[in-house]
Amino acid sequence: MNFKLNKIIPQLATLLAVILVFGFLTYNAQVNMDNRGIEFGFGFLSQESSFDVQFSLIDYDGSHSYARAYLVGLLNTLLVAFIGIILSTILGVIVGIARLSPNYLIERTAAFYVEFFRNIPLLLQIFFWYFAALRALPLPQDTEPMFGVFFLTIKGLFVPRFVWENLDIFFYSIIAAIISIVVIKNYARKLQESQGKQVPVFSISVGLFIILPLLTFLIGGVSLNFSIPELEQMSTTSFKYKGGLGIPPELIALTLALGLYTATFIAECVRAGIQGISKGQKEAAASIGLTPRQILKLVVMPQALRIIIPPTTNQYLNLTKNSSLAAAIAYPDLVLIFAGTALMQTGRAIEIVSITMLTYLSISLSISVLMNWYNKKIAIKEK
Amino acid sequence: MFKNVNKIFAFVLLSLMMFVYACDQMGGKQSKGQSKTLKNTQKKGFVRCGVSQGLPGFSNADASGNWSGVDVDVCRAVAAAVLGDSNKVKFTPLSAKERFTALTSGEIDILSRNTTWTLSRDADIGLTFVGVNFYDGQGFMVRKNSGYSSVNDFKSGISACTNLGTTTELNMRDFFNSKGISYEPVTFEKADEVVAAYDAGRCDTYTTDKSGLAAQRIKLSNPDDHIVLPETISKEPLGPVVRQGDSVWEDIVRWSLNVMIEAEEYGVNSGNADSMKSSDNPAIKRLVGAEGELGAAFGLDNEWSLRIIKQVGNYGESYKRNIADTGILPDRGPNELWTKGGILYVPPAR
Repeated sequence: MNFKLNKIIPQLATLLAVILVFGFLTYNAQVNMDNRGIEFGFGFLSQESSFDVQFSLIDYDGSHSYARAYLVGLLNTLLVAFIGIILSTILGVIVGIARLSPNYLIERTAAFYVEFFRNIPLLLQIFFWYFAALRALPLPQDTEPMFGVFFLTIKGLFVPRFVWENLDIFFYSIIAAIISIVVIKNYARKLQESQGKQVPVFSISVGLFIILPLLTFLIGGVSLNFSIPELEQMSTTSFKYKGGLGIPPELIALTLALGLYTATFIAECVRAGIQGISKGQKEAAASIGLTPRQILKLVVMPQALRIIIPPTTNQYLNLTKNSSLAAAIAYPDLVLIFAGTALMQTGRAIEIVSITMLTYLSISLSISVLMNWYNKKIAIKEK
Repeated sequence: MFKNVNKIFAFVLLSLMMFVYACDQMGGKQSKGQSKTLKNTQKKGFVRCGVSQGLPGFSNADASGNWSGVDVDVCRAVAAAVLGDSNKVKFTPLSAKERFTALTSGEIDILSRNTTWTLSRDADIGLTFVGVNFYDGQGFMVRKNSGYSSVNDFKSGISACTNLGTTTELNMRDFFNSKGISYEPVTFEKADEVVAAYDAGRCDTYTTDKSGLAAQRIKLSNPDDHIVLPETISKEPLGPVVRQGDSVWEDIVRWSLNVMIEAEEYGVNSGNADSMKSSDNPAIKRLVGAEGELGAAFGLDNEWSLRIIKQVGNYGESYKRNIADTGILPDRGPNELWTKGGILYVPPAR
């Protein structure tokens, strides 16, 4: 009895202390706000925002509400995080493997890249890509198109936009292709387990993935046109592009900086993962007659992934949180739109900052959950 | 184990004490009639003043860290009135985004940072505007060779650089919407970044208060290649702001500014202030503290206004020193006294 009490009392006391500290902070904030005539509430979210943003994935202008402006910022943040994660993963895996290359030049280049980009503060890199690198680009009227259709200018990258007809049929065909690939894969595995026959699943999958969607163009009535950007003169020296899709330079600079920076850390995770597999594993695999590709795919990678995934999750989280540096270069992310302009125009500091914090927390936790699920899936299944 | 328990109890007790102390403090604050901000300022020995991160003519620091400008002079005037020395000011440079939070959270006591007086700011977010020290309006800067000679030449697709979290951002939308023009807003937190982006060609036009355009133009690589279009699209009365809830402090700041303007009206300046004590005009005598008990209402001595005029000068001197002589806006325009065709008109100091 005494023993139990000894365990419970400290816990209760800690809980009480935490509640008291929070209570004190809340009370303090409330009294300060009362003294200064500031009210607390979330009613402002439904008010008209009356400011525009430069770049939005959904339909938005100043006549929409602050809640909608929040959504615009959130989606822009997710967009940067998504592109950044993909870019850094691809680059990180390539560089990580390159660091283990027996080729001296490749190995040194990869090592130099990692050491260089890893050790310069991210904000400086963002400024570099935005103010130094992108600023060196030509004005719209002086731009020479790449391949006739891409225009890289100081006002952004202008690319042809897809104009689809019957896009839904095209999507269905892709889904159909994915389902049939899964079926074929299962069948191939059964075939191998029962009869030892190997089916070239990879080539069949690629073939299906290309042929099925292509068929929809021929018989499904799907058609694809391109809207190519065209230069239009607004006045003697100011020009803009009509048609096509404009990618703002802020987005390019931000994803480039985030991707290049985070890729260095992922490269190190990948290198550590591969080096963490003992040589004996590879030799044993080779001795039973597996090809080098099979060794990498069936023996090394499944084990290396267990080492790579957890630290890589951290890098994904870092990248997502670092995307809030967007505010420095006018990319309209959550921090710039919501914790910046909206906060300024409404003056609701406490409400907006708490919403923003909770949002980043939710994004990070979601990424964590997803990566933990994947990690569990590839972990050693103890039987 | 018991040791641990004791420690935790001590911690709980401590937080409890903090809590009670805080309640006590908060309760005490409201009941007293005099100015807590004034008391704190006198105890600290300096006025805490929020200014811009560098806007020539309004608040700008030179190479050795000395601040100057018409906004800076408001804080200096308050320091002269309250502490007797116009140099006893601690300046905090703030971005447009940070400024109100810094004031409401108590980090600064006066915000004198080319801030536009609007209804929602005054009524909504715990701020009180005390007056106007510069009448401004929003304008557009473009490249001279761009072919734009008026805002009516603007066409859909134009990109405009400006500061984040300002009335400028809202006016811009109203303006372009009323013209039916679609535009690309590019908003930065720091004025220097806006200037750099416009200078590089990211934007076709740079929009902010006209005084700001005139001041920032100097920072461009080739100032002569740029012009400010003639149109003014908004009213931007700029003035100092204080926290809501301390009416005595509010009055001190308001009347420090008013005294500077009134001094110009009566021809009192830093050079002749002392000799004006023997003036025949009772209004002038009140202004320099030779008659009446004007300071007593704020809890200040009677020479507070004399110190402002002697140490900082009247509004005209401040304008000339900071804005006219630096070549930013040599013409005072609306910021001339009402007696000389402008709109500067302050209530009488009596």
